[in-house]
Amino acid sequence: MKRWGDRLFAAAASSAAALTLALMAGILGSLVVGAGPAIEAFGLGFLTSAVWDPVGNQYGGLVMIYGTLATSLIALVIAVPVSFGIALFLTELSPGWLKRPLGIAIELLAAVPSIVYGMWGLLVFGPVLATYVQQPLQAAFTGVPVLGALVSGPPVGIGILSAGIILAIMIIPFIASVMRDVFEVTPPMLKESAYGLGSTTWEVVYKIVLPYTKAGVVGGIMLGLGRALGETMAVTFVIGNMNQLNSLSLFEAANSITSALANEFAEAGEGLHQASLIYLGLVLFFITFVVLSLSKMLLAQMKRAEGART
Amino acid sequence: MSAAVAFDASRLSHHKRRKLVNQVALALSLAAMAFGVFWLIWILIETVRLGIGGLSLAVFTEMTPPPLAETGGLANAIFGSLTMVGLATLLGTPIGVMAGVYLAEYGKTTWLGRVTQFINDILLSAPSIVIGLFIYSAVVAKMKSFSGIAGVLALALIVIPVVVRTTENMLSLIPNALREAAYALGTPKWKVISAITLKAARAGVITGVLLAVARIAGETAPLLFTALSNQFWTSNLGEPMASLPVTIFKFAMSPYENWQKLAWAGVFIITMGVLALNIIARTMLRNKN
Amino acid sequence: MTSIYDLPPQEKAKLAVRDLNFYYGGFHALKNINLSLPEKKVTAFIGPSGCGKSTLLRALNRMFELYPEQRAEGQILLDGTNILDKKLDVSLIRAKIGMVFQKPTPFPMSIYDNIAFGVKLFETLSRDAMDERVEWALRKAALWNEVKDKLQQSGSGLSGGQQQRLCIARGIAIKPEVLLLDEPCSALDPISTGKIEELIGELKHDYTVVIVTHNMQQAARCSDYTAYMYLGDLIEFGPTREVFTKPKKKDTEDYITGRFG
Repeated sequence: MKRWGDRLFAAAASSAAALTLALMAGILGSLVVGAGPAIEAFGLGFLTSAVWDPVGNQYGGLVMIYGTLATSLIALVIAVPVSFGIALFLTELSPGWLKRPLGIAIELLAAVPSIVYGMWGLLVFGPVLATYVQQPLQAAFTGVPVLGALVSGPPVGIGILSAGIILAIMIIPFIASVMRDVFEVTPPMLKESAYGLGSTTWEVVYKIVLPYTKAGVVGGIMLGLGRALGETMAVTFVIGNMNQLNSLSLFEAANSITSALANEFAEAGEGLHQASLIYLGLVLFFITFVVLSLSKMLLAQMKRAEGART
Repeated sequence: MSAAVAFDASRLSHHKRRKLVNQVALALSLAAMAFGVFWLIWILIETVRLGIGGLSLAVFTEMTPPPLAETGGLANAIFGSLTMVGLATLLGTPIGVMAGVYLAEYGKTTWLGRVTQFINDILLSAPSIVIGLFIYSAVVAKMKSFSGIAGVLALALIVIPVVVRTTENMLSLIPNALREAAYALGTPKWKVISAITLKAARAGVITGVLLAVARIAGETAPLLFTALSNQFWTSNLGEPMASLPVTIFKFAMSPYENWQKLAWAGVFIITMGVLALNIIARTMLRNKN
Repeated sequence: MTSIYDLPPQEKAKLAVRDLNFYYGGFHALKNINLSLPEKKVTAFIGPSGCGKSTLLRALNRMFELYPEQRAEGQILLDGTNILDKKLDVSLIRAKIGMVFQKPTPFPMSIYDNIAFGVKLFETLSRDAMDERVEWALRKAALWNEVKDKLQQSGSGLSGGQQQRLCIARGIAIKPEVLLLDEPCSALDPISTGKIEELIGELKHDYTVVIVTHNMQQAARCSDYTAYMYLGDLIEFGPTREVFTKPKKKDTEDYITGRFG
């Protein structure tokens, strides 16, 4: 009686675990199979061609790949310093009674569904961005060699810049939470040693805590990057959904992998169009897999080091 | 004795600059905190302002209207969301809990345990639209039609990694002394886990489930090409099914004013629901401690 | 005003604690402490767990200010100036009063950079001058010969005793006037402990040293003056030899003879 109860339960548990692995394999498999025709037709050239022509049945993913990478990069540039500032505030500056409500506020930012970000981004933030940021920037830099090109195009609040900013707001809570968690496990005695020498708070954080936690910090940043790369709705609403790469302007409508999928997949007939979209999905999956694996390994390294040192 | 502790003159001027750097850095960090809170407040305020305006009983009782119609609501979308989220949770939770049990109670040293933990964390943050693609190939293409059941499956695949993670974390927090006490009485392993350990971690596991529900309630991408959408009411899972997020997507990107108003109402409903779930989950976890 | 806490006339007080009361939230941890710490001598704080000796030590460099629920009232005079005065910049005070902790705390950087860290905070030295300072500090801490060929290696690669001497060198490098040692040998083996005790005997020629120890024999070996504390009160203070052989208070005698611990 005891024996088969144990065996059954253990089998159920390990099957559930194995199911997770099967799921991963299934996703990968279906992506490869689905993308098959496109891989065959275009090979690796798909990654460098900007032609996306459903009528002529010619497809190349450069526009989307560029859009995904550019928006994520902008998001990181904004989110990393802000998250660092937030983590610094929560661990060193904030009075005790304020810590939890602020921590909760940051976590609620993470809970807001991306479609809310998208809609708010398009209908509320976009117009504000257009009036107070894009138009002044355009007025200031038209004619200037590189910067002028970056701010050309219709300043109506969509494009790579808008998408990048909204993505930044979305990933700040993820990066800030990880940073805060790793800052908090810095041994107090280490910080006190630095204070004891006469360091200021900034010097302690920048010269002692940050180097001590650097694996965790980078892991957190990569986690944020992984999220930004895969985000769909927030980007789709504001990126403009135009398959063009003629203008590298941050204000011009563009496209990302996720928004191309969101907009075109449901209607794409079976055939090269659909296969090309799945090819894009495969590329995205691959990139996020690499980024998230790196993140996980760095965070695990941080945990091991922390265990060894204490 | 001198009136003040003598400080080296060169130390003082160097010191002034350090103090300045310190104050600037701390001021910037305060600004960063305010920056983060500012966005949250702005988004919430706008969502409430624009959403409440569109709220009325009709939103909950009438079906999604054609463009420029006078009346209409979100009833079929709300029903579809509730149905698919509920079924996905029912489907995904047992699998997630059992896999979490495996990771915490059986698999700490096995290769299956280590690999599953790694892969699970990747799935946790992976792009949800890719899950939609997978279900499309596996289910929709085979069935030759979009369907509610495909939507349920896609959402369940998002529930699973969340529940696995939280279950594993919560079980790991239970001290070994509790397990050992049960073993000492002669309890078989499966009973130690189900009747003692899981019970002790109950609040945390339920919190994890609530957080998973909050997550999938707002997910749009996985439904875009699985459940698709439906203008009309349906309770047939074999047919395309409307959902709140997809409907909002369609309505918000359109130029029609009545659709946009309904989209805001929908956004309001989702946001309030998700925030409520989060706060409930958090309070549960805190009360348990 | 003479009390048993005053020093013999030939000693000058480097640090004078006057009417110090310390609180952890509502808990009154130090009660009316009056104490003078003699210049360029080693003073030991002894007493059972929880008596307040570490609390008193950490008040001397305002380390408690990192924790909002800890509060000090009274005066601590360094050469006559009250360092508890909020108007005084705490980092300049800490540059004059160094601290070494129970567990070695090498910074995550090379040995050289560990030593240079504190110096760079307050002075701009040329490369040569910094090299000199690093060597000087390591020699003073009796560590130079053991690490002179591996200055660029990480501080955490050293043994426990070496790491602690590194922390002492780091504290000395900024040329403080007082050194506070909070149970510096509690994480070390007997041989490393011996080396550090020897070092303390050397350091007192240049610095006023205050050491907290739960090991009475260590206090008897290393210190010139001893303060015995119990439950937040200063029970007795005097030259070490007197405190250990002819204690004035019965409580002190009970503790020293091991009637309680």
